[in-house]
Amino acid sequence: MSEHKGVWVFSESNDLTLEMLGKGRELADKLQAELAAIVIGNNVQNKANGLIKYGADKVLVVDNVGLERFQAEAYLGILQNLTAMYHPEIVMIGSTRNGKPLAARLATRLETGCVPDCTRLSVDENRRLIGERITYGGNAIAKIAFKSKPQIVTVPSRAFEKPESKDRSGQVVKHDFKIEPPRTEVVDRKPLETSNVRIEDAQYIVSGGRGIEKKDDIALLEDLAKVLNGQVGCSRPLVEDRKWFTDWIGLSGHKVKPKLYVAVGVSGVIQHVAGIRDSKVIVAINKDPEAPIFEVADYGVVGNLYEVVPALKDALKKMLQ
Amino acid sequence: MKRILVCLKQAVDVSQLKIDPTTRQLITAGAPKKMSDFDKNALEEAIRIKEKTLGTEVFTLTVSPEEAKPVLREGLALGADKAYCVVDAALQGADTFGTAYILAEMAKKIGEFDLILCGDSSLDSFSGLVGSRMAELLNLPQMTSVRKITVEGDTVTAERSLEDAVETVKAKMPALLSVTREINQPRIPSLMNIMKASKKEIVSWSLSDLSISSEKINPRIEVLEALAPKMDRKRVKITGETVQEIAEKLAKALVQEGVVGR
Repeated sequence: MSEHKGVWVFSESNDLTLEMLGKGRELADKLQAELAAIVIGNNVQNKANGLIKYGADKVLVVDNVGLERFQAEAYLGILQNLTAMYHPEIVMIGSTRNGKPLAARLATRLETGCVPDCTRLSVDENRRLIGERITYGGNAIAKIAFKSKPQIVTVPSRAFEKPESKDRSGQVVKHDFKIEPPRTEVVDRKPLETSNVRIEDAQYIVSGGRGIEKKDDIALLEDLAKVLNGQVGCSRPLVEDRKWFTDWIGLSGHKVKPKLYVAVGVSGVIQHVAGIRDSKVIVAINKDPEAPIFEVADYGVVGNLYEVVPALKDALKKMLQ
Repeated sequence: MKRILVCLKQAVDVSQLKIDPTTRQLITAGAPKKMSDFDKNALEEAIRIKEKTLGTEVFTLTVSPEEAKPVLREGLALGADKAYCVVDAALQGADTFGTAYILAEMAKKIGEFDLILCGDSSLDSFSGLVGSRMAELLNLPQMTSVRKITVEGDTVTAERSLEDAVETVKAKMPALLSVTREINQPRIPSLMNIMKASKKEIVSWSLSDLSISSEKINPRIEVLEALAPKMDRKRVKITGETVQEIAEKLAKALVQEGVVGR
C-alpha cells in the first residue's frame, strides 16, 4: 500500500475540477505529495495549462477525437490505465450524475473503497484519508476512513472553494490509450431549461414549501428575492406533489450555502435541512409554531406568510434604499 | 423479456430515527426499518414492465445483516414472483463493495436475466454506489438517474436526468438500470395480494452457498463515527404588535448580521 502516492482530481465539469484542486492542494501539501489533474476530451491541451495555475503540479492529458462527449466506459478505461501507471494515493472525482457512477465503477475495478459526496476531507497522522458525508437522511454526519488504496472519493459541487489562480509552473504529460468501446448509446439529448445562475451560486435564496397555497403565489417569493437580488427555490413537495418546479433544495436535490436563506412555509423535514445546513443565516416564516424549521433557523416569524413576506419585502426595500 | 431482478434494501426508516441529545449518537438499535423508497420505485417499474410483457418474471434480491422478512414479503405482495436473500450477521459492517459483490454473485447463481433494476440510492446511507459496482462486477451496460424505461425486443431505452439535460440512452440487454423517484408512483398492495404473497417462495442463501469468502467482502472503508450534526442557530423568534413591526425588526437583524445591505 505504501507505494501509492499523489493526489488526483478529475471531473468533466470545469468548475468542480477547480474546486477540487483547491482542496487537493491542501491534502497534497500535507502528504508532501504531488497534485495531479486529469483532463480527458477532444482538443483539451489548452485547458491543461490553466489547471496548473489553480494548483496542479502535473496535468495528465488524454486528448482524443473520439472523446468529445462523456463516455462512461472510455473514461473508466482511461482512469484505470492511468492509476495502474501512477498508483495515486487519493482520487477525487466530481460527484456529478456521470461522475459518481464513474467513481463507483473505477473503485470496483480496483477493488477499493469509495466514499461518495464528501463535504469535508482531511488526512490523519497515518496518511489515511477521512471523508465526511451526510447520511441517514440528514440525521447524521459520518466520518469515514479508508482501509484500501487508492482512496476514491466523490465531491459535490460547491463543497470546496475555487482557489485563486496564481503564476506557477507544472508539468503537462500526454497519454494515449486504446479507447474502450461504449456499452450504451446516447440517442437524444435535450438541454434542460434552467436559469443561467445555478442555485448553488446564489447568495440569497427565498424558498417556498407546502405552506404556499397556489402556484401564482410564488410571485410573492419572487418579489422578495428581487429586492435581495437573489433566487427562488423550493422544498421537495412543490416538485413531487404540486409539480410547480423541477428542482428542489435538500439532501437529494441541490445543496446550497447562501448568505441568507429565507424558508417560507417550509416545514423543515431533516432531508430539506441537510441541503441548507451551510447557509450563513436562516430565516423561517411559518404559521405553525411547532414547525421543525424553527429549530434550525436563526430568526423565526410565526405568522401568515401572505402578510409577513410582503411586509419583509417592503421593510428591506426601505432599508436598502 | 424473460426475467427482471430488482435489488431491495431493508433500510432504516430515517424519518423515525431518534438521537441521543447528550452524545448526538443515533439510536439505530431497534430503529424501525422499511423498504428503501427508491428500491420500491425500481420494483414498481419492474412490475409495470411485467404487466406489459406477459411471461416476464420478477425476482427480488436482498442482502441484509438481519432478518428482512417484512421487506421480502412486501416485495412479493407488490407483485414480485420470488424473493432471494442473503441474511448474515457478519454483514453488519459490510460496505458498498461487499454488498454489490454478494448481489452480483446472487444474480450469477440465478443465471439468466434481462434487466437488473436498482434504486439510485438507499434511504439510509444514500451512497448510490451499489448499482454501479454491481454493473461493473457483472460486466453489464449501465444507466443511472433513470426516470423512464422502455423495453423493446432485446433493447432497453432509458431517459436519464442529468444536471443540465435529459439524455435518452439505449443498450442491449442484459443491462443494469438505477432509477430515481420521479419514475413512477408505487402502488399499495391489495389485501388479496398480501394474502397471495404468503404462498410465494423466499429463497435464503448463505455466503457459502454462493462460495463467497469473508476476505472477499471485507470492508474497504470504516465508519469512524456518525453523529447528529450540530446546528448552532440563534433560534430567535421575532414578535411584534403588527406585521410591519415584525418585518422591520427582522430586516434590521439581517442588516446587523451583515448579510443584507452595503
